[in-house]
Amino acid sequence: MNFFFDLIIGGLSIGACYALVALAMVIIYKTSEVPNFAQGEMAMVSTFVAYTLISGYGVDFWTAAATTMFFAFLLGVVLEVAFLRPAKDPTVLGLIVITLGAEMILYGLAGWKWGANQNPFPVPFSEYAGYSILGITVTEINLWTFVISLVVMLLLFFFFTFTKLGTAMKAVQQNQFAAKAMGIPTRRILSLTWGLSSVTGAVAGMLVAPIATLDPNMMLDPMLKGFAGAVLGGMTSLPGAAFGGYILGLIENFFGGYVSLSFKSVVAFAVIVVILCVKPSGLFVRHFERKV
Amino acid sequence: MDMKRDYYEDIQLCKSKAVLVGTLFLLLSLAVVPFFVGDYGLYLINLMAIHAIVAIGLNILVGYTGQISLGHAGFFAIGAYSCVLLMAKAGIPFIVALPASGFISAIFGLLLGLPSLRLEGPYLAIATLGFGMAVTQVISHWDYAGGHMGIEAPKMSIGPLVIQTGAQQYMVIMTVTVILAIAAIKLMKTRVGRAFVAIRDSEFAAEAVGINISLFKTLSFAVSAFYTGIGGALMAFALEHVSTGTFNLVLSITFLAMVIVGGLGSVMGSILGAVLLTYLQIKLQVIQEAPFIGPALLSLSNKYFTPEGLANIQSIVFGLIMIAIVIFEPLGMNGIYLRCKRYWKMWPF
Repeated sequence: MNFFFDLIIGGLSIGACYALVALAMVIIYKTSEVPNFAQGEMAMVSTFVAYTLISGYGVDFWTAAATTMFFAFLLGVVLEVAFLRPAKDPTVLGLIVITLGAEMILYGLAGWKWGANQNPFPVPFSEYAGYSILGITVTEINLWTFVISLVVMLLLFFFFTFTKLGTAMKAVQQNQFAAKAMGIPTRRILSLTWGLSSVTGAVAGMLVAPIATLDPNMMLDPMLKGFAGAVLGGMTSLPGAAFGGYILGLIENFFGGYVSLSFKSVVAFAVIVVILCVKPSGLFVRHFERKV
Repeated sequence: MDMKRDYYEDIQLCKSKAVLVGTLFLLLSLAVVPFFVGDYGLYLINLMAIHAIVAIGLNILVGYTGQISLGHAGFFAIGAYSCVLLMAKAGIPFIVALPASGFISAIFGLLLGLPSLRLEGPYLAIATLGFGMAVTQVISHWDYAGGHMGIEAPKMSIGPLVIQTGAQQYMVIMTVTVILAIAAIKLMKTRVGRAFVAIRDSEFAAEAVGINISLFKTLSFAVSAFYTGIGGALMAFALEHVSTGTFNLVLSITFLAMVIVGGLGSVMGSILGAVLLTYLQIKLQVIQEAPFIGPALLSLSNKYFTPEGLANIQSIVFGLIMIAIVIFEPLGMNGIYLRCKRYWKMWPF
């Protein structure tokens, strides 16, 4: 029975990372219909910045994390302004190619700057010490990953519900032209959306880094799983994306624990292909048939 | 001018005598290449030809039918492994195993085509991407196929003739490439090809004129997978060894980049894109040996970056090219060619 609960805790912990990546993707997809394949690499580069600040310059963890989030925000804005904005009426394929190109650029830059070495990412939480609740051990890092992801989700929820900027973002995603007519600077809002999404991704990156090791390939798997989680919940639903991320983490961990460890990372994709065949727009979004 | 007066003029392969003579001249010059180029040069040309096959296949799916695939490395792997396994374990001769591996790949293409009937845009991208990842994962855990270590490719042979030298290998690969390229051009002029284009331009309109969408979408996946499978099989012989490490996501992205750079919906464009990007890929990996740029980049790396990571410049350049093409020239090199052609036709007006 303990094994069962261990699997749940591990699954929720990694699922929290997937959920954050999924949220980051959905934030962008909702406003601009861009499936952002560069999300993982944006988070990876941000995490590398945090790593350099901590081990290279001796900054303490929380200051470094705050600086990294600021950097991530700038990175998101710069990518939108430099690569997405100049494209005139791009097709879905064009958008995918642009973000894939951005992904390759960031991946190449990280590989060039930091090499392919695997670096340990120092965090103030222990990977082994933990709390015992009713005989189930929860390691500090699992607990904190889960708590931080929940906090970020709550913050995002409050941001989108109660702030003017959040409301403006929702307006842009619902109807760009109407939003423009109402005096919302849609282009600036789009850039800010990229910044916000990049910050969310950077938090995910800093949570993944202690579990995995920090190298340019670190975010590849979480990014794909996060994307899969977002697709599972429906690309346009924030709660759906978070739910999809957690579910995917749990499914993966249970499959790894009870069936086969070596096919652990494949099962997630098998699940989403099956689910998409039944519900082509994900679990939480009503399927939208395009009119002629 | 480009005026077509009847149907047969529309479907004929060579529009005029000049084009026919030019094509024959091109084929002849391809045939004499091994007399002038060394073994390494031939190896490079082989890689280009194989990538051209894959790019044509992917273009049939992406450029002509308007679908998205980020999983073509999976078909590439299926083609490579099935050809090698058929020859090494089942003892089937090369001349049978090569098309067989294409058909095995096509069957998987049909399977992947089925979910594509209901998916589009990012949903299709993630489904195909998942397929590509799954194929490599499964093969690398499959002990019969050598697992992580991969498997040695046997020598190609046609009847009693065993392919030994680089020149012979070149002839085999180039023959297959030319046949497949002409087949693709021809296919796009038939009913099937026009159905693909109709689906790309408007699914509803295509359905309204009586095109069976489900059939032709899955067929497009199958044809594309067939080409990619053949390319993978030939790649196994060019590299003399297959292992799953080669068939990763970056390879799928590179294939897509070839199609984008060459131009969507153009067979010649795909070939050009494949040649250009393969050349860049090989040359950028050893950029430190390039004159002028190499030493400058090396000193830059020593100062601000890591020198051993310099080869990563290849992904940066590829990424920049992909973005630049989408922003400035969405039709790729084919678009540039079309614009030049139109300009000269009207010249001097």
